[in-house]
Amino acid sequence: MSLDAAYLQYPHRRRGMDHDLYPWSNIADRPPIAWPDGKRVAVAIVISCEFFPLTPSDTPFRAPGHMQTAFPDYRHFTARDYGSRLGVPRLVEALAKVGARASFAMNSAWAERYPDLARAIVAAGHEVIAHSTDMNGTIATGLAEADERALIAASLTGLEAVTGVRPTGWLSIARSQSWNTPRLLAEAGLAYCCDWVNDELPYRMTTPAGPLVNLPLNHELSDRQIIATCQQSADSYAEQLRDAYLWLDGEVDAGGGRLLPIHLTPYISALPYRIDAIEGLLAWLAAQPGAWFARGDELVAASGV
Amino acid sequence: MITDPGLYDPSPLAPPLRWPGGKTCAVWVAPNLEYYELDPPAHPRRKSWTKPHPDVVGYSHRDHANRVGHWRMAEAMSRQGFPGSVSLSVALCDHIPEVVADGVARGWEFFSHGIYNTRYAYDMDEAQERAIIEDSIETVQRATGQRIRGWLAPALTHTVRTMDLIAEYGLDYTCDLYHDDRPGRVKTASGDLISMPYSLEVNDHYGFFIYNMSPRDYADALIRQYDRLAREGAASGTVMCIPLHSYLIGQPHRIGPFERVLEHIARDGRAWITTAGAIADAYREQQA
Repeated sequence: MSLDAAYLQYPHRRRGMDHDLYPWSNIADRPPIAWPDGKRVAVAIVISCEFFPLTPSDTPFRAPGHMQTAFPDYRHFTARDYGSRLGVPRLVEALAKVGARASFAMNSAWAERYPDLARAIVAAGHEVIAHSTDMNGTIATGLAEADERALIAASLTGLEAVTGVRPTGWLSIARSQSWNTPRLLAEAGLAYCCDWVNDELPYRMTTPAGPLVNLPLNHELSDRQIIATCQQSADSYAEQLRDAYLWLDGEVDAGGGRLLPIHLTPYISALPYRIDAIEGLLAWLAAQPGAWFARGDELVAASGV
Repeated sequence: MITDPGLYDPSPLAPPLRWPGGKTCAVWVAPNLEYYELDPPAHPRRKSWTKPHPDVVGYSHRDHANRVGHWRMAEAMSRQGFPGSVSLSVALCDHIPEVVADGVARGWEFFSHGIYNTRYAYDMDEAQERAIIEDSIETVQRATGQRIRGWLAPALTHTVRTMDLIAEYGLDYTCDLYHDDRPGRVKTASGDLISMPYSLEVNDHYGFFIYNMSPRDYADALIRQYDRLAREGAASGTVMCIPLHSYLIGQPHRIGPFERVLEHIARDGRAWITTAGAIADAYREQQA
């Protein structure tokens, strides 16, 4: 038995990364970031606004949270719709209580389905991050380049048509990209994406169509990962995020401004039995003198990358 | 049909071991310093990534280690007085030598965890397996000045030849056997190989993604593991390994509870806080 000889050849074994999208960088060696008003830890709350069509297309893959039973899956369609209809307003109100500005990663079909909610979100001072068209709008290698380009354009156009604002940020469904995605996002005029989870501060990527900033939206700190995947309670989730905040705050004096990304899913966090824990977390964060609730576009700008 | 790998005497009976200073439990920390490739070639028996390449979350999650997690983890270890015995994807010496140099500067020991954690040993022929062992020895020697003594198979992938080959090259411990809390002899065709207790069960990857523990629950599991082994070790001399991946333990919600574990062990008084190589030496001295 033997493996193909190519399996023991390493064409990308070299100084630096094994690709050209971004160079290696040690967070400890970068110039420290100073957030506005002497704030210490930027808290980036990103709330997903997702519309799941009753018929999944599975091209190229089925999004997390999508339909699960045989057609018609009223169970998951309506449970997700509950998150959009009742959960999102709960979260918007929770943010208002503490005066926090946040980012809403929105499918364009979501904005079209709930235009009043989408406009109220923008009117409250929140950012809309483009999050594809609907939850059938997944991206991975295998999606034709022209289709991916059209998907990005349709998302941006649809969101702008409803809210009046063209997004500058992008979040792929499940953070899943093709080889073409960073280039197509830059080509579409987007300033940043949130898909790569390899850092704790924004950094610059290089694509053939120009630069693109990555704002790392750590999936490890998301409600999907901690509550839905790892099956921990909302109280434990809040405790883990408080622990994370305090640790990051402790790094600021030596390392400069830090970033705590909190990715929330309405049908997970905004259920009646969990929302109190989330509100408690927001109130605790608001009471930290060093916390800066920031929209993604604001903190990308403030980071100076 | 092979029913038993035949690598060790299955009897649990072995004479007690004694650790320096009358300590009851030898504790070693094994940071896995790894490099995963974005677009590795396919292995016929195991996929590197669960998704079509590029698997952005899979790759970038692990890349967090070399940008952020390593320093956070290493600083916590140094503050509490724990050296690392590093399970190293040796290609990291080529890609990001700064991470390797940081371990060298802290006085850490290095052993091989293969070339990349995205290249698997299953189905290699003997020449291919010799090539990755020789590559490991040469690459680590060049980057750290150290001759590797140990082996943790890349992504825990083996052939039935692996133990014989690493023993032949003079390596003296393997971290791939999980049958005991103490070192023991490994039967090989030549050389002198011992099994060094590593751990799957208290590996941070198992804690967080097999058992879905919260950071504080994982810290509690490590403390219970240590307390029990330190108690039993009074009669037998035990080893506790804490295998880590800085992209997991070095996350901001996990590192605080973890540092309190190291503090607990350091303050307890029964722990011999050491390296895998020193444990191997102490074991051998008692076998003479």
